Amino acid sequence: MDTIEVIKNWVERNSEVLDLGCGDGEILKILSTESESTVIGVEINQEDINSCIKSGLNVIQQNIDEGLENFGDKSFDVVIMSQTIQVLKEPKKALMEVTRIGKESIVTIPNFGFLSTRLSLLFSGKMPVTGSLPKNWHETDNIHLCTIKDFEILCNESSINIIEKRFFNSSGNESLLAKISPNLFAATAMYKISQ
Amino acid sequence: MNESVGIVEPKKLTLQGKLDLECGQSLTDIEIVYETYGNLNQDSSNAILICHALSGNHHAAGIYEGEKRPGWWDSLIGPGKAIDTNKFYVVCPNNIGGCHGSLGPSSINKETGDYFGPDFPIITVKDWVRSQSLLSDSLGIEKWHAVVGGSLGGMQALEWSRLFPDKIKKAGIIAAAPKLSAQNIAFNEVARQAILNDPDFAAGRYLDTGQSPKQGLKLARMVGHITYLSEEAMKSKFGRDLKEEKLNFVYDAEFEIESYLRYQGDVFSENFDANTYLLMTKLLDYFDPADDHQGDLAKAFEAIEAQLLVVSFTTDWRFAPERSREIVNALIAAKKRVSYLEIDSPHGHDSFLFADEDYTKGLSSFLEN
Repeated sequence: MDTIEVIKNWVERNSEVLDLGCGDGEILKILSTESESTVIGVEINQEDINSCIKSGLNVIQQNIDEGLENFGDKSFDVVIMSQTIQVLKEPKKALMEVTRIGKESIVTIPNFGFLSTRLSLLFSGKMPVTGSLPKNWHETDNIHLCTIKDFEILCNESSINIIEKRFFNSSGNESLLAKISPNLFAATAMYKISQ
Repeated sequence: MNESVGIVEPKKLTLQGKLDLECGQSLTDIEIVYETYGNLNQDSSNAILICHALSGNHHAAGIYEGEKRPGWWDSLIGPGKAIDTNKFYVVCPNNIGGCHGSLGPSSINKETGDYFGPDFPIITVKDWVRSQSLLSDSLGIEKWHAVVGGSLGGMQALEWSRLFPDKIKKAGIIAAAPKLSAQNIAFNEVARQAILNDPDFAAGRYLDTGQSPKQGLKLARMVGHITYLSEEAMKSKFGRDLKEEKLNFVYDAEFEIESYLRYQGDVFSENFDANTYLLMTKLLDYFDPADDHQGDLAKAFEAIEAQLLVVSFTTDWRFAPERSREIVNALIAAKKRVSYLEIDSPHGHDSFLFADEDYTKGLSSFLEN
């Protein structure tokens, strides 16, 4: 399964879903049409917001780094934060907020421990530029990259409960290797978490 | 692509039935002047109602024969524009209490045979929305595709979604607030005092004397106008520029900003009615949909069915983005379908009148999705 299929599996039908950093609304569109969920996104990029509005999705222009106090405790069945936590100023705070707002949350991270990232750094001696981390160090929005190990340590320290996790290779699909040794072979990791 | 709707003419009709006002009085035979742009489709499903703000009127787009100045929202309404008249049938009425042709303080009170003047009942945003609903009935529009407005117009759009949930599909609430702050009311009070203390105001019966309180109205507008502009916009447009090359040590208008404000005030006082201005500032002060719900805005929004778009502008300090966010957050808490845009624009509160690309794209996407 790919990331979107897993999300579709994890989100029950007719759920209320908040997607923090929803981009052009790809996930929300699928969840609202296929899973009949009530969805709303938070995004900061104007073009992405326009795409969401064009698709008839509800989207709030808001900077996640400036806080999420406007969303009540457990006010959504599922909060999604996909490939977003690494661009935030305070990932730990964001993680706490995500689990405060959602009864359950789905967080996806790019894994910096991925083999090709490690090899890229080892052999080139330069900051890795890979499929899931496509930009140069001075151009990237990613300021808080972590490995799967790091992320799980943070969850543990923050008393965040990992309900389920899935690992994906660089083409975005689940694979045996990624399952056996995720920190080495998974390009992306997806967690279902709660407080 | 972005053309004007061209030459337009105002229309007039008399609303059927009685309008019971919040203040306890009622109005009948209400004359409403309005304009329309574009064509109503077969099933009357493409109508958009435009609500004007404090000093606005029904002339939202196009130009009048022989005139050069287009309607106040011509930048957004027209073929290919944000509110696309190729797709939508756009209706903009002059609200009751106004001074551009609809029933207002200068109209004749049939009960007394004299003009209303200061005796015109105090209207509220709810009253306006109810009068607009009567207008929809007269026009044969059962459900608006959208109701859109900026500032006080946005408040009407919000109120529409609350009061007539089944008669509105979408609401565009632009540069608005859920209620006025103490500072907002304070500015309105200064404006009112300027009018009320003008000797020519004559307790509101100035039509009898032939002398209208122009000085008071001018001052009121000057104060208001300051709140419509951002400090940034004023700085870049005027800075400390002088009209002449040097200071003359006199009390005449020496700085450009002084003469600009005086000019704006003069033009306004020639074209606007003092009683209407008093009424509209009062109506703004009274607006508070949460008031019936112990201050709980989310509760006040419970009945809403429409899809809403809330838009604010970064340099607007009259109704700052925080005020729009109050609306948005209450809508989220009430689990309503809302989108929110915070547009980076330098024009202060007046930003809603400018066709900034992010803003117009967002609005048209919302109306057309």
